[in-house]
Amino acid sequence: MKADLLPLSGISDALAAGEVSPEALLEASLERIRALDARLRAFLRLTEAEARTAAKASSQRRKSKKPLGPLDGVPVGLKDIFCMEGVETTCGSKILRGYVPPYDATVVRKLKQAGAVIVGKLNMDEFAMGSSTENSAFGPTMNPWDLSRTPGGSSGGSAAAVAARMVAGALGTDTGGSIRQPAAMVGCAGMKPTYGRVSRFGAIAFASSLDQVGPLAQDVRGVAYLLSAIAGHDPNDQTSSPRPVPDYAATLDKSVRGLRIGVPAEYFGEGLAPEVEKAVRAGVDKLRAQGCEIREISLPNSPHAIATYYIVATAEASSNLARYDGVRYGHRAKANQLLEMYEKTRAEGFGAEVKRRIMLGTYALSAGYYDAYYLRAQKVRALIRRDFDQAFAAVDAVLSPTSPTTAFRLGEKMDDPLAMYLNDVYTVPANLAGLPGISVPAGFDSKSLPIGLQLIGKPFEEETLLRIARAAEPAAQRAPPIVEGR
Amino acid sequence: MPIDRAQVRHVARLARLALSPEEEDRFAAQLAHVLEYIERLQGVDVEGVEPLSFAGDAKAGLPLRADEPGPCLPREQVLSQAPEHDGEAFLVPRIIE
Repeated sequence: MKADLLPLSGISDALAAGEVSPEALLEASLERIRALDARLRAFLRLTEAEARTAAKASSQRRKSKKPLGPLDGVPVGLKDIFCMEGVETTCGSKILRGYVPPYDATVVRKLKQAGAVIVGKLNMDEFAMGSSTENSAFGPTMNPWDLSRTPGGSSGGSAAAVAARMVAGALGTDTGGSIRQPAAMVGCAGMKPTYGRVSRFGAIAFASSLDQVGPLAQDVRGVAYLLSAIAGHDPNDQTSSPRPVPDYAATLDKSVRGLRIGVPAEYFGEGLAPEVEKAVRAGVDKLRAQGCEIREISLPNSPHAIATYYIVATAEASSNLARYDGVRYGHRAKANQLLEMYEKTRAEGFGAEVKRRIMLGTYALSAGYYDAYYLRAQKVRALIRRDFDQAFAAVDAVLSPTSPTTAFRLGEKMDDPLAMYLNDVYTVPANLAGLPGISVPAGFDSKSLPIGLQLIGKPFEEETLLRIARAAEPAAQRAPPIVEGR
Repeated sequence: MPIDRAQVRHVARLARLALSPEEEDRFAAQLAHVLEYIERLQGVDVEGVEPLSFAGDAKAGLPLRADEPGPCLPREQVLSQAPEHDGEAFLVPRIIE
């Protein structure tokens, strides 16, 4: 097998063994992007020159047997939400077209320091608002398994690029499922770490009490490598935790025997596609066969999660996005007066979904509605967190489907915002509660579309979560037919 | 929950968004639809529940860093991203007649 088709950990091993060079891997990555991306449209732009320089330096380190770690020389992509010095960063929005950040996001700096080769910036729903990547101002990304379907979102470009083997790994952000849901839709692994585990400095803000940065890769070991590289305290993000960062890959292969897995009844109810349920239940059996103890649990406030999320997230977004005012960066509309300039700039710069969410959030925070909407939502949020706290007294992780269905068709949910929101019903609770969650591949439906299995863990216990995910993931995940030109 | 055009206009003004008449109509309908779904939270018993606004590292909390000046970006680099500037400051359209 060609080295560049291996999952991230296999690529890392091949690099360590000297079987392939970082430069050859980069060329293979660029070649596959050239061959496939006219159809997939995962990338918004490539950083070829920077990548070549990075690959060359990495080759030197590999040759002299002084690699910076398992990511040294591995080609990766970045969701276009991450600021990268000197490289246009749009967040999928017209309002930031042409914006060139003067600094690196902390996670970008850390990836560079780990020797990773950053190949380009990946498509996303505008300001990470969406579940299909169709809200990108620069057009949708296609699902590598079926070009008439979406790759999920909002980190759809990141997921599609990993699944199509254009890069070995990618970074995304997850505010309500934006890493896990697309990972499920394209059949790769994707993790949202605990709130506070990874710095968001330089990651463009959507909803600050929910946003978290995380990795996508074809395998759980690859996710562990990426998480070890990006996690940790950052004085530039007040919410980032000072807890030490373990080597997440070191404990991956420890037995899962005796670990207790909770299966919440509320995540297997109405709206769940039978084929998805069957595959996820098979995943439960797989863990049971490896010695996990399976327990039926209840998270009774889960049915309130979507309503809670769409108040909290939109309220915070309406505040965060106030900064796009045409003064310091980004688009400015022509106008004679300041107020008119603000209103026209934002009208021209934002897409429909972003406007809709700003409107909803502004409404929820406006005089007379704050107590009824925002404050009440934050209280229900406390109940959702309490459900998990109680569950975690008896189990080590919670297992569920990642998404109620496999990938849906482009355009299918674009006229019905609520239907799109409900796609995140199983992923949103982990964000509201600040918990780590991961999606791993769990087989295919009868249309050969990938199915994702989600595991949710205790705060800052990513080691245990990754171990269980490792035990649940398939031995090998086949590549979409488009990759081999079939 | 019905939401009329006047409310949409009021919220759009608060959000500094110029909406077309067509957008006003569409958002009125779509926001009403979403708000109707959100209404379900009114039925949840939240008596005595403290709101949760920070779901991060409770042990660490949100410590403030020392209030000391540190390095910052060069002015010309920051201004280079501005739609209009005079080399020292951002320029905006006239505010006072």
